[in-house]
Amino acid sequence: MLHDLSIGALADLLGRGKLSSVELTRHFLGRIERYDPALNSLITATADQALAAAADADRRLQRGESGPLLGIPLIHKDIFCTEGVRTSCGSRMLDNFVAPYDATVVERLRAAGGVMLGKANMDEFAMGSSNETSYYGPVKNPWDTSKVPGGSSGGSAAATAARLAPYATGTDTGGSIRQPAALTGVTGIKPTYGRVSRYGIVAFASSLDQAGVFARSAADAATVLQAMAGFDPRDSTSVDVPVPDYGAALAQTLAGLKIGLLAEFFDGLEARNVALIEAALAVYRSLGAETVDVSLPHLPLSVPTYYVVAPAECSSNLSRFDGVRFGYRCEAPKDLMDLYKRSRGEGFGPEVKRRIMTGTYVLSAGYFDAYYLKAQKARQLITDEFRAAFTQVDLLLGPTTPTPAFALGAKVDDPITMYLNDIYTIGANLAGLPGLSMPCGTIDGLPMGLQLIGPHFAEARVLNAAHQYQLATDWHLRAPRGYE
Amino acid sequence: MSLTRQEVEKIAHLARLSISEQEMPVYVTSLSSIVDFVAELASADTGSVAPMAHPLVGLRQRLRSDVVTETDQHERYQANAPSVQAALYVVPRVIE
Repeated sequence: MLHDLSIGALADLLGRGKLSSVELTRHFLGRIERYDPALNSLITATADQALAAAADADRRLQRGESGPLLGIPLIHKDIFCTEGVRTSCGSRMLDNFVAPYDATVVERLRAAGGVMLGKANMDEFAMGSSNETSYYGPVKNPWDTSKVPGGSSGGSAAATAARLAPYATGTDTGGSIRQPAALTGVTGIKPTYGRVSRYGIVAFASSLDQAGVFARSAADAATVLQAMAGFDPRDSTSVDVPVPDYGAALAQTLAGLKIGLLAEFFDGLEARNVALIEAALAVYRSLGAETVDVSLPHLPLSVPTYYVVAPAECSSNLSRFDGVRFGYRCEAPKDLMDLYKRSRGEGFGPEVKRRIMTGTYVLSAGYFDAYYLKAQKARQLITDEFRAAFTQVDLLLGPTTPTPAFALGAKVDDPITMYLNDIYTIGANLAGLPGLSMPCGTIDGLPMGLQLIGPHFAEARVLNAAHQYQLATDWHLRAPRGYE
Repeated sequence: MSLTRQEVEKIAHLARLSISEQEMPVYVTSLSSIVDFVAELASADTGSVAPMAHPLVGLRQRLRSDVVTETDQHERYQANAPSVQAALYVVPRVIE
């Protein structure tokens, strides 16, 4: 079936005229219509625009143009501004917001011939680990619809897993690509901070936010990342470092690759999760890699560090939502203060308000040094330890999440338990490192993720190691029952 | 509780958030638990560490040259505003 084919195979059919982009787009739109009512992975479906973009791609193909993404459908997380299409960020605050311009990622993928099928559901303003904070309702996990898909990019992950699109974009501030990729059995990569432009992405925590890809294989993710990555003068933290050929690096041998195993990742890890990691290590050893034990003594501080730094930046970034220039405004404000407070109080959901207040508190007079400054120091310590580890090893390997997907509603009332879902993913954000999650087995019939973390700008190495694993195993090929 | 109701009310005011009577106890509890949770940071020996400015070594904020790059597009941008008159954002009267 078309939805089982890799991006490379689809591009080949399109290039040889065996398939049109309009046919391919209709196929995926049909799957969205059939499956998405139960999953709720999309906030907005853009069928008409998709068919127009597909017709345009077909004209380009007929003119003899070619490209790895030309005519291939995709879904954008609803955090990326899309000109003329509502960009809600999962919030009532932006329910009526139609972006006046495209994000750089959107622009680049459109230029590459990508056909946007719609905008994916997400945790409100990307704050959440279960996709339950969305104003548009939770996303269901296609492996078991009583379970969460993870978050915040839960819609992108569920749609990719259910084969509603060959790939989807996401953003990852504390694990929001890797954690949902793990819980839905797909491959997700968060690149180095600064690798992909943040221009046009609704800001959450600007020093941590980074855009990336969900796909069904590392090879597909490499193709998409190639088109997304690169310097953008419109993002002040975009880095002007050349983008290597990710596809060309996939085939490299892993002989002699040094894989670091972090003691802190295995401390207290559940036995079944340990067994999955051990099995993956056996595969890597058979491919010629060696393992080295390493330790990052300050890594256990990464979750508290994150829950100071991210809310602080969020409280600052979200101050732009004032009920005046765009977004939700309350009814009949009695004065300007009432307008601000009620527009924000009614426009934001509970978790967003909680994070804004946490951030306001840690930045307020008398607490700044004890919390924010302290956290930025701890962040430096953690980053220095990662850097030291990468003088001994080429990659770090460990779990993506402590457990498989949990039940909808199980953790919504307990923020700390929810925050601890990201215990293995947050470190890479704090240090700005590239990280990838890919399926490596199941627990209780639900997919589990294996995480690879590389040094800054080592996306090619991370993708290469993931691809070689996927050549030797078939976990990434498994589809959730009912969506084959 | 490490935060009192009065403290949470003050934070909500600073953040310009209206919080209902029913919501307030939930925030007092959850914000207290978060503050307790991040207090673990106090245990880190950060004596000689400078606070992080950028995750990539040696990178600094890039500056652009001081040339005009934006054109006036206020009509497009104000199309998203709740209330606009004569290209101005309309808010409740501030000065009596």
